[in-house]
Amino acid sequence: MNGLAYPILSTLIFLPVLGAAVILFIGRNQERLTKWAALAVSIAVFVLSIPLFTDFNRMTPLMQFTESHAWIPSWNITYFLGVDGISVLFILLSTLITVLCVLISWNSIKTKVKEFYIAVLVMEGAMIGVFSALDFFLFYLFWEAMLIPMYLLIGVWGGPNRVYAAIKFFLYTLVGSVLMLVGIIVLYSYAGHTFNILELMTKTYPYRMQFWLFWAFFAAFAVKVPMFPVHTWLPDAHTEAPTAGSVILAAVLIKMGAYGFLRFSLPLFPDASKAMAVPMLTLSVIAIIYGAVVCLAQTDLKRLIAYSSVSHMGFVTLGIFALNIQGLEGGILQMINHGVVTGALFLSVGIIYDRTHSRQISDYGGLATVFPLYAAFFMVFTLASIGLPGLNGFVGEFLIILGGFTASKWAGVLAATGIIIGAAYMLWLYQRVFFLETNQKLVGLQAMELREVITLLPMIILVFWIGIYPDTFLSFMHPSVQNLLERLNTGGQEVTLAGKIAEIIK
Amino acid sequence: MKILTEMPDVTALMPEIVMTCLALVLLMLDLFIRRKEITALLAIVIAAVVGFFLTGSSGTAFSGMFISDGYSSFFKLIFLVSLVLSVLISIRYIKIESVNFGEYYSLMLFSTLGMMLMASAGDIIVLYLGLELMALSLYVLAGFLRHDTKSNEASLKYFLLGAFASAFLLYGTSMIYGLTGTTNLKAIAHYLAANGVAHNPAVMLSVILFVVAFGFKIAAAPFHMWAPDVYEGAPTSVTAFMSVGPKAAGFAVFGRVFLTAFGGLQVDWAGILIPLAILTMAVGNILAISQTNIKRMLAYSSIAHAGYALIGLIAGGGNGVASMMNYLFIYAFMNIGAFGVVIMLRTEGFKGEEITDYEGLAKSHPLAAALMLVFMFSLTGIPPTAGFVGKFYLFMAAVAEGYTWLALVAVIFSAISAYFYLRIVMYMYMKEPKAEVALSTSAPHGIALAVATCAVLLIGVLPSGIIELARAAVAGF
Repeated sequence: MNGLAYPILSTLIFLPVLGAAVILFIGRNQERLTKWAALAVSIAVFVLSIPLFTDFNRMTPLMQFTESHAWIPSWNITYFLGVDGISVLFILLSTLITVLCVLISWNSIKTKVKEFYIAVLVMEGAMIGVFSALDFFLFYLFWEAMLIPMYLLIGVWGGPNRVYAAIKFFLYTLVGSVLMLVGIIVLYSYAGHTFNILELMTKTYPYRMQFWLFWAFFAAFAVKVPMFPVHTWLPDAHTEAPTAGSVILAAVLIKMGAYGFLRFSLPLFPDASKAMAVPMLTLSVIAIIYGAVVCLAQTDLKRLIAYSSVSHMGFVTLGIFALNIQGLEGGILQMINHGVVTGALFLSVGIIYDRTHSRQISDYGGLATVFPLYAAFFMVFTLASIGLPGLNGFVGEFLIILGGFTASKWAGVLAATGIIIGAAYMLWLYQRVFFLETNQKLVGLQAMELREVITLLPMIILVFWIGIYPDTFLSFMHPSVQNLLERLNTGGQEVTLAGKIAEIIK
Repeated sequence: MKILTEMPDVTALMPEIVMTCLALVLLMLDLFIRRKEITALLAIVIAAVVGFFLTGSSGTAFSGMFISDGYSSFFKLIFLVSLVLSVLISIRYIKIESVNFGEYYSLMLFSTLGMMLMASAGDIIVLYLGLELMALSLYVLAGFLRHDTKSNEASLKYFLLGAFASAFLLYGTSMIYGLTGTTNLKAIAHYLAANGVAHNPAVMLSVILFVVAFGFKIAAAPFHMWAPDVYEGAPTSVTAFMSVGPKAAGFAVFGRVFLTAFGGLQVDWAGILIPLAILTMAVGNILAISQTNIKRMLAYSSIAHAGYALIGLIAGGGNGVASMMNYLFIYAFMNIGAFGVVIMLRTEGFKGEEITDYEGLAKSHPLAAALMLVFMFSLTGIPPTAGFVGKFYLFMAAVAEGYTWLALVAVIFSAISAYFYLRIVMYMYMKEPKAEVALSTSAPHGIALAVATCAVLLIGVLPSGIIELARAAVAGF
């Protein structure tokens, strides 16, 4: 199944962990060496992940680059990895984001430098693990293990209110996850003692069971997305986390919730998903509008972007629960888009925060005259976030609204108002920060370093690439999404294709 | 020759016989040993020798009064592991507390011997014998800090309540003896089944009395009252020892008596144990939140863990019991590990028992903080640590036996427990050190912590071996 000479997914998961172990042995006072080592490891991981992009077969919904080894035979658990069109892009996003996170933290992390880069690298391994695990036990292992470095990232290197934000983040996610854990075990004992996700997908489950398990999984995924009304951890965590933490949270971590819906909830519980589509669409629309309106009232830069994530992720869940091809593909693409744009916005805020140490919007003003290059970058990301045609946000949101409109007219219409409010708060933010009278405190700020420009450049490229030629990315998803829809529409019936997959794997 | 042929077959009993002899020898030898480290070392050697004899022992002795099977051997392994780890973390600590006496190690050996008898008991009389031997040694150990009133109080409290619990056990025994005319566990089961008296109120009463007595030993709520005070007052190394071995021994007899003698009544006693387990998890996890003393916090935490392990017993069946044993095995490493770090903070003139003493530990002593982090996450049950594997197996057994709702209750409580375990992590990593905290370290201590950490991480990633061992142990039950 894998034309490469090395097990690419395992390498991607364990190379960062190995790198972290090496950094462990670098002396505490050799901060430069630590940073360079972290950068080298993250770049190496990124480079090694490129074959996922180039060698990926875009014609098949089957799992690719699979690896399967017996792991805990007593419980029939296998170390089973693989990617399909839904997950592959997130792995690429994770490897790219980690490089940028290392770069952006270069000068801003001053205490416990060594531990910081260890946490970031371990985090990377766990994230890739989540997206590539095809065994529920393995998935859950990565899913929860990820909490440890993230908890430390927020709590140790975060802002003034970091301890509160960190524990809130941890408890919210943990409560959701443990409910899913019970769901996983129930699934295991019902489906004949297997954790193999592909095998579980070939089975049909009685509706009552689907219903309860759907909500058990919902608890885990909705907290992560985060969906209204369990989103309250997000503004705190995003705001208090250090720049790298915010970027990882926004770009990758919260995608895992939506990914969970796509990978598990829809194919495992097709009947329940269809029956619950209306409540899900309602929650999504509430998130879109509520998130956007709350943005208008924010005075803190990071908090504003955090709330905009609630709104944008509302679009993603709207697309997913539209349960049609436009909605699903739009949803997946929008996840990537949101990762790129919001990640970039947090990176940008990090750049300016390093200089001013203020997140208050009122402390800025007229930044465009002092900081023209930065203003240009920020403009692109702002417009992408709003969804200007030609930039990436447009493609995703357009597909989602199209899909949403097909599923429910009201959902489509109401979601569209979210875009309008979105334009309002983003442009207003831009105006308050970059135009108006120049704040005297900002005069004489150090210009952007080359390192910072390099950090933002890949994001700019992606914004235009997805905006102008989205097919590069959409073509990854077509067969997988088609397959998912087939599973959904045949209800709980035996899906021939999925059955075949399981056969091939065996 | 006649005497030899009449001599009962004692191969099953060899580990206990060896341990008794060697422990007595050590007690006397100690008079001539100046350096108490050597006594400690000899205690470990004795544990190793007993472990060696353990591998060759199987079968029954004294017409079924003493059983050596996979079940008992697995528990004995837990006892020996916790004994060795506890001895290793004691060596420097009892010197700091200036109670560096050789009897300390002998008492630990005798206590372990009691536990081993409990695990092998096929008769309630043997069980009682083991239980008292274990408990009497522990009463002395709990009060080992003779000049410390708290330690004295702990000892007295433990003694009074322990005696009370023993009375319950005897009362239950007399009840069942009056009804069945035997104290042999298998014979009791046989009698109950054959004569159809299983639902006689006297049987239920004696089941309840046994629950009270064993519930006391494993510190299950509402019989947990002694635990926080005793854990706090006792020397920390004894607390570590006490929180693992005796608790596991309590579970060993719990399983032995309830599954053998009252095996036919599982529905009835499961009905008693379920509210007990839920209450235990609730009391342990909720009261731990408000503790300011780390030993008290770990006491409540150990109450909570008894609640989790009870789930395995309730689920019953091969998997249920195996999951309980697996959990106790894992618990031994993570809990003694956590206490191992707590002990390091105790230096001459500094108690280091307050949670606030951990402020900024990651800065001053990054390695100790990292170890504590591992143990705290393991106690919470976060992968990839052994604590997660243990809980996972318990929940799996519960769900398989139809107790999904009980698993649900347990996971909610373990999410609550994250709060107080993470509080320690928070103090270590997210606060600045207030005062300079010194650590007392020693090579044996380092070995104990290294073993505990490796076990916690290794079982977390590769649990297959220990799961298979627990399963095989139950197979012959």
